[in-house]
Amino acid sequence: MKIIVCVKQVPNTNEIKINPETGTLIRDGVESILNHDDANALEEALKIKDRDPKTEVIVLTMGPPQAREMLEECIAMGADEAVLLSDRALGGSDTWATSNALAAGIRKIGNYDLIFAGRQAIDGDTAQVGPQIAEKLGIPQITYVREFQMEGKRITVQRALEDGYQVLKTTMPCVLTCIKELNTPRYMSIRGILKGAAAEIKVWSAEDIGVNEELVGLKASPTNVYRSFTPKPKGKGVSVKGDTAKELAGNLLAELKEKHII
Amino acid sequence: MANFAEYKDVWVFTEQRQGKLMNVARQLLGEGYRLSREISKDTRVCAVLAGDGVDHLVDELYAYGADVVYQIDHFLLKEYTTDAYAKAMTDAIRTYKPEIVLFGATFIGRDLAPRIAARLDTGLTADCTRLDINTANYVEYLKTYTTASTDGISGRNDDNGLKQTRPAFGGNLMATIVTPNTRPQMATVRPGVMDPREKKQGARGQLIRVCAQLSADDIHVEVVEVVKAAKELVSLTDADIICSGGRGLGSAEGFRLMEEFAAKVGGVVGASRAAVDSGWIDQSHQVGQTGTTVKPKIYFACGISGAIQHQAGMKGSDVIVAVNKDPQAPMMQIADYAICGDLKKVVPEIIAQWDAES
Amino acid sequence: MEFTYSREQQMVKKMIKEFAETEIAPIAEELDAEAKYPYETVAKLGKLGVMGMPFPKEYGGAGTDYLTYIMAVEELSKVDASHGVIVQTHNALCCWPIFTYGTEEQKRKYLPDLLSGKKLGAFGLTEPNAGTDAAMQQTTAADGGDCWILNGSKVFISGGGIADVYVIMAMTDKSKGNKGISSFIVEKGTPGFSRGKKENKMGIRASIAAELVFEDCRIPKENLLGKEGKGFKTAMTSLDVGRLGIAAQALGIAQGAFDQTVEYMKQRKQFGRSLNKFQALAFEMANMKTRIDGARFLLYNACNMRDRGLPSTVEAAQAKLACSETASYVVDKAVQFHGGYGYIKDYPVERMYRDQKITEIYEGTSEVMKMVISGSIFK
Repeated sequence: MKIIVCVKQVPNTNEIKINPETGTLIRDGVESILNHDDANALEEALKIKDRDPKTEVIVLTMGPPQAREMLEECIAMGADEAVLLSDRALGGSDTWATSNALAAGIRKIGNYDLIFAGRQAIDGDTAQVGPQIAEKLGIPQITYVREFQMEGKRITVQRALEDGYQVLKTTMPCVLTCIKELNTPRYMSIRGILKGAAAEIKVWSAEDIGVNEELVGLKASPTNVYRSFTPKPKGKGVSVKGDTAKELAGNLLAELKEKHII
Repeated sequence: MANFAEYKDVWVFTEQRQGKLMNVARQLLGEGYRLSREISKDTRVCAVLAGDGVDHLVDELYAYGADVVYQIDHFLLKEYTTDAYAKAMTDAIRTYKPEIVLFGATFIGRDLAPRIAARLDTGLTADCTRLDINTANYVEYLKTYTTASTDGISGRNDDNGLKQTRPAFGGNLMATIVTPNTRPQMATVRPGVMDPREKKQGARGQLIRVCAQLSADDIHVEVVEVVKAAKELVSLTDADIICSGGRGLGSAEGFRLMEEFAAKVGGVVGASRAAVDSGWIDQSHQVGQTGTTVKPKIYFACGISGAIQHQAGMKGSDVIVAVNKDPQAPMMQIADYAICGDLKKVVPEIIAQWDAES
Repeated sequence: MEFTYSREQQMVKKMIKEFAETEIAPIAEELDAEAKYPYETVAKLGKLGVMGMPFPKEYGGAGTDYLTYIMAVEELSKVDASHGVIVQTHNALCCWPIFTYGTEEQKRKYLPDLLSGKKLGAFGLTEPNAGTDAAMQQTTAADGGDCWILNGSKVFISGGGIADVYVIMAMTDKSKGNKGISSFIVEKGTPGFSRGKKENKMGIRASIAAELVFEDCRIPKENLLGKEGKGFKTAMTSLDVGRLGIAAQALGIAQGAFDQTVEYMKQRKQFGRSLNKFQALAFEMANMKTRIDGARFLLYNACNMRDRGLPSTVEAAQAKLACSETASYVVDKAVQFHGGYGYIKDYPVERMYRDQKITEIYEGTSEVMKMVISGSIFK
């Protein structure tokens, strides 16, 4: 079978710094990583490949040329092939436009049985691209996958809810978006690294996947960033007022509620 | 480009599970009400209620401010499935043409909304924490709470577009998103952020029953069962709230209070090295240089002085609340909220008042 | 000299860093306190291919160059020097001599399990009276017709009692001194072969060092490694290779202690400002960084020469001397800059301070390194 895993290279948000003047990200010196949920998506595909070595795992991403490094690392983890959609025409795409591009890339790869993606990327946190790819491909989606089982073409998954989970059944092909509860991603292996460093990464342009400026890029995107900015830096802490324990607790909770902290 | 004049009203997808309205639905009705009045006096806030046998919720929706309830009742909407709900909602949106559609950013809202937006080829903004129509209010917000420049934004309310503000990069950056060329404007909204209106018993509105064109063939995912699970005990690393205790607890007994505290607020118990070394609690709870590094939304440090090796493990918390008798303790200096007092009196009060409506 | 990491090397460093920080850092303090051998993490490293990096694929190795392997030891040692030496001893002192001097049968028999980490290797040269002066070997191997009969003991053997396969030096002809030494492959569980005293060490406590005892231990004839009488050469060339790994271990300790100190200095405030704002300390950090980077160049250069097949005994000695002395200097300052916190076990620099010392002693002391280097000056 053939599995496509949609991945994204993201800046490590633990190290993110913002220029407070301009409200923009300082990307210099910030490490780029494979998005966490996407690593879970890849792991689940590789687990299927562990059981059936004939399985073909292809990673797909859209991004700048340097996203190739992440794809090499995916191959070092065990993926067979990698495709990078990279083109200036794709720049500035919102989730709708991104899903148009990725769906087009997936159609070009063709003959897929399963598509795994991470639930959301830690830079944008939208969780929208997975479902929107499914819609553009016209196939079912299951989001927030926390357990996955497969029998022939039938799959059974647990889909997380806030207060429990649903047990869902569907058939291939479909899109599954994965959360960290699903598995623990493997490390790259030394042999995998040698393979990854030597791998040929396919790079496809907008033209290669047959999308135009009505479907992808900044202009085609239905949403635009109107302003981006940083919250004011945290001021010095406050001393909660009150004469009795009851008052102190009450004033604290009132403050936390007002600030929407609780 | 859509003919904007055809699109009217603010819709709220009022999510229900097993016949019970989600809290976020009430919050969004409150927000939708506010937005609808900002757009124009003849713009209405409408609840969209989908389910199977959900008549009993209609009055509640009116009571929380809905001018109109679109009720989509169908046996295939009993359990949530992406396919059935997306089809029912998309059809209704195409028929009635709302200007704005809001969803709670729940595990279901965030599954459903993107599918609908993709089908309608319109924009969707995820996990919003603030919504504005009125530009003057928005400019005021930018000036008060952010470092953003307001240059180039007209103070006049000449743009009735929805300004959707949301955090990105783990809250390090905020962005306001607009949907200039397509309608409806769609957003998922973070639960717990918007305020519901005060409940008005007996409020009345208009009920519109929508007939969903659904058949079993539309649904490609079968719901085998829905399992309610008590919230699994999360690890320190994943916890949103950590109730941490230190030497100030005085004894192992003191950690009973922390356990009670954590149970009440849905958090996890943490501890300082001093408490662990005293044998009051297991080492697995230790936060700090030699223990776990944590980043919760709220870190309650109770009776923890805040030595540097403890701080090393919790400094990244969004909000730090310190309870300590000693106002000079280092923890009290780095806390966002410092309570100078006896934790054995203050913590039980926090527990007692936690659920109280403010 | 400009140095750039290849893509392969970048990924190896990243992978080992992730592994070490996730799997090893949380247990390092406990392993040290209890002198516990890290079976689980070593098995995981084996599965990832780290236990057989610089050997050809046909024997089950990963097929990297030596420099890339050295970077892996360095990355591991940044977090825990015990793991560094475990990987190092196995690769350089057991797999390497078998690969280099073994017969095809020996290679086929031992390497696949060793290189995949299924089995662990160790090396036995040192004896109570034969350290730097290897010719003082007391352990003997007598020709028993269809077997070799070993008698004697070895001390301070890294992985002693834990490893499955041992490369052991023993005298086959006492009258010939160094030229009477031969090397043998001895398997764990061979009758007459046992582990003696386990050492209670100052540092690298998770890497077990123990005495090995041979009492009429009979091993098959075909377990002679290399030619009879060539054991000294086997040992010395293995140690040459091993020196690079110890240099990498020392460099990793230095870099790890340095990184810890940078973080600490940013957090720790005294007199109202963080430590990095004190120029006297910041300047000393500049010295530390410069010495670390200098030592790294020497090490990478020596590895690069080895990879190109050039003679590099002197360069390896220089690398080991520079890296271990740099590490000594850096851990000393690291503890000093941590103040009282550097002296307690809450901070890893305390362990690094103890772990470092051995790098100036084993696989050739600093004095031996100076003998090698000075010998090349005045030849």
